[in-house]
Amino acid sequence: MKVHEYQGKEILRKFGVATLDGRVAFSVDEAVEGAKELGGDLWVVKAQIHAGGRGKGGGVKLARSLDEVREHSDAILGMQLKTHQTGPDGQEVKRLYIEQGCNIARELYVGMLLDRAVGRLVIMASTEGGMDIEKVAEETPELIHKVWIDPAIGFADYQARQLCFALGLTEKKQLRQAGKFLRGLYEAYVAYDCSLAEINPLVVTNEGDVLALDAKLNFDSNALYRHKDVVEMRDLDEEDPSEVEAGKYGLSFIKLDGTIGCLVNGAGLAMATMDTIKLFGGEPANFLDVGGGATAEKVAAAFGIITSDPAVKAIFVNIFGGIMKCDVIAEGVITAVRETGLEVPLVVRLEGTNVEKGKAMLAESGLNIIAADTMADGAKAAVAAAEA
Amino acid sequence: MAILVDKNTRLLVQGITGKHGSFHTGQAMEYGTQVVGGVVPGKGGQTSDHGVPIFNTVREAVAATGANATSIYVPPPFAADAILEAIDAEIPVIITITEGIPVKDMLAVQRALEDSNSRLVGPNCPGVITPGECKIGIMPGHIHKAGKIGVLSRSGTLTYEAVGQLTALGIGQSTCVGIGGDPIIGTKFLDVIKLFADDDDTLGFIMIGEIGGSAEEEGAAYIAEHVSKPVVGFIAGQTAPPGRRMGHAGAIVSGGQGTAQGKMDAMSAAGIAVVKSPSDMGITMKNLLAERGLLEAALA
Repeated sequence: MKVHEYQGKEILRKFGVATLDGRVAFSVDEAVEGAKELGGDLWVVKAQIHAGGRGKGGGVKLARSLDEVREHSDAILGMQLKTHQTGPDGQEVKRLYIEQGCNIARELYVGMLLDRAVGRLVIMASTEGGMDIEKVAEETPELIHKVWIDPAIGFADYQARQLCFALGLTEKKQLRQAGKFLRGLYEAYVAYDCSLAEINPLVVTNEGDVLALDAKLNFDSNALYRHKDVVEMRDLDEEDPSEVEAGKYGLSFIKLDGTIGCLVNGAGLAMATMDTIKLFGGEPANFLDVGGGATAEKVAAAFGIITSDPAVKAIFVNIFGGIMKCDVIAEGVITAVRETGLEVPLVVRLEGTNVEKGKAMLAESGLNIIAADTMADGAKAAVAAAEA
Repeated sequence: MAILVDKNTRLLVQGITGKHGSFHTGQAMEYGTQVVGGVVPGKGGQTSDHGVPIFNTVREAVAATGANATSIYVPPPFAADAILEAIDAEIPVIITITEGIPVKDMLAVQRALEDSNSRLVGPNCPGVITPGECKIGIMPGHIHKAGKIGVLSRSGTLTYEAVGQLTALGIGQSTCVGIGGDPIIGTKFLDVIKLFADDDDTLGFIMIGEIGGSAEEEGAAYIAEHVSKPVVGFIAGQTAPPGRRMGHAGAIVSGGQGTAQGKMDAMSAAGIAVVKSPSDMGITMKNLLAERGLLEAALA
């Protein structure tokens, strides 16, 4: 799960990570009011959306007067902000963050995540702040310094010092501030079950202070049950409505751009089904895993979500019944079609437990269903049906 | 022979009285697996619906039954602790079915495993089956057939797909291992590849990967150097959009790493027969076996 920059900073502050003071605003008036409260004569108006690259897309502006705060807030609030992470339509800006300005001397980078190859958390630091870190990793990997955390020991002080020296933070005050910053980041990450913490840029000001200018925190969805405060930060405006709806039924759903709706059990098989559709010249409209223990109701709900997409020209149900029985799937499909009607061709491939019973139920239902024996045959039929 | 589990496996079930634990214990026993005990804290001394004795702790259960493997169906908030308890009791094979364990909990498990002699399979996996001998996990037993081809996969139903294709072609399986789709798993591709490579009863194997991580590349590098047995490979997620988690927590392409194409290229370069369509896994293995003069032995 993702949160906005201002929410991430709220969490980080609790752990002693230094940030600038700021105010969230849902309207232009609130933005100006927030700037007044902050005081000073320099502010930054920042669009709050979950995607990165906001600055380049015109979603971050410097204001030197309250009039400029008003002007920029008016321009940014409600805009469709397009960045390399939003997709071509962009994302509507519904929240702003008004932050104090500062004089930046250096821009650095700090990130923390799981290194899957070794099963340890890794903290990365780089002098190349403000850049696309993936590009830095590819082109100049020697500029990224890493320390791995042994969970039995935790983040050791010497490791923090290693990173600080690598960043050129050698002066005593900076060393102390940066050490506290890194420790706070680590503690926040662990305490909140983060899956990613990224400070890009981490800045050193002209006055020599070390601050998080931006903050991106992602959280492990499997651990949200122990972080109710994080769950409350969820912003449904930032998520696809059909994916939110699917989540209510415990379905794993991702909206895609194609024309063939997919209903599959198991994440691997669901991906493989999309691949097979593509292999035969079609484009999948979604990824949908109904899970191992799906009921007829769940299948019906999945059907409703798929058919609500006007781009869908055909549906491919691909089930390998293990614990999930084919007759249960058949029942769900029949119920869904009877309730919602069916305006596009439906291809069903059933295999596994109770397959004969499931196939017989579909055949006897009188519904217009194209039966397929293999995943490849089903995909071919669905592609042909979508093009017809 | 076979790998990991066989007819001599004496199995515990942690969480035997839960809905999933209870159901799958019944299925495993029906298949012929020797389930020797269950562990449910606070229910020690009772007997499960299947007539299996229940113990309060894993250590007690091992002492009383001589168990040498355990399966874990404990709900996610308590599952990592159940794995740690099994490691503490020095159980050699720990198979964790539970889906949804927080990564932070698994970091501790990973650390504990490094100092132990236990092998963890999973979490978030379908389990391990040696057809005709022992079934541990949630896979449907009836689609399998005892034989000589190994199957190894990060996915559940996609494993069944491969098994179903092999069985339909008359080709049986030595052992099928679902290693799980989480970011931190106990047994990785490479570990199972080594086991299959060294197993005299496995003539060849199918490896099914998916986007995310670099385990398939590591496995492929080992195969290139050390494995001459026929290997068929498939990678799920060729069409997955970058940055999106595709159901499995571990199935995500990030920063250009973990792409399907990169994995398929690495596998092809290692001499693995990589199929683009998952429907071709079985037939490709059959053709490969025929080319190497192994088909008759695989059909036996």
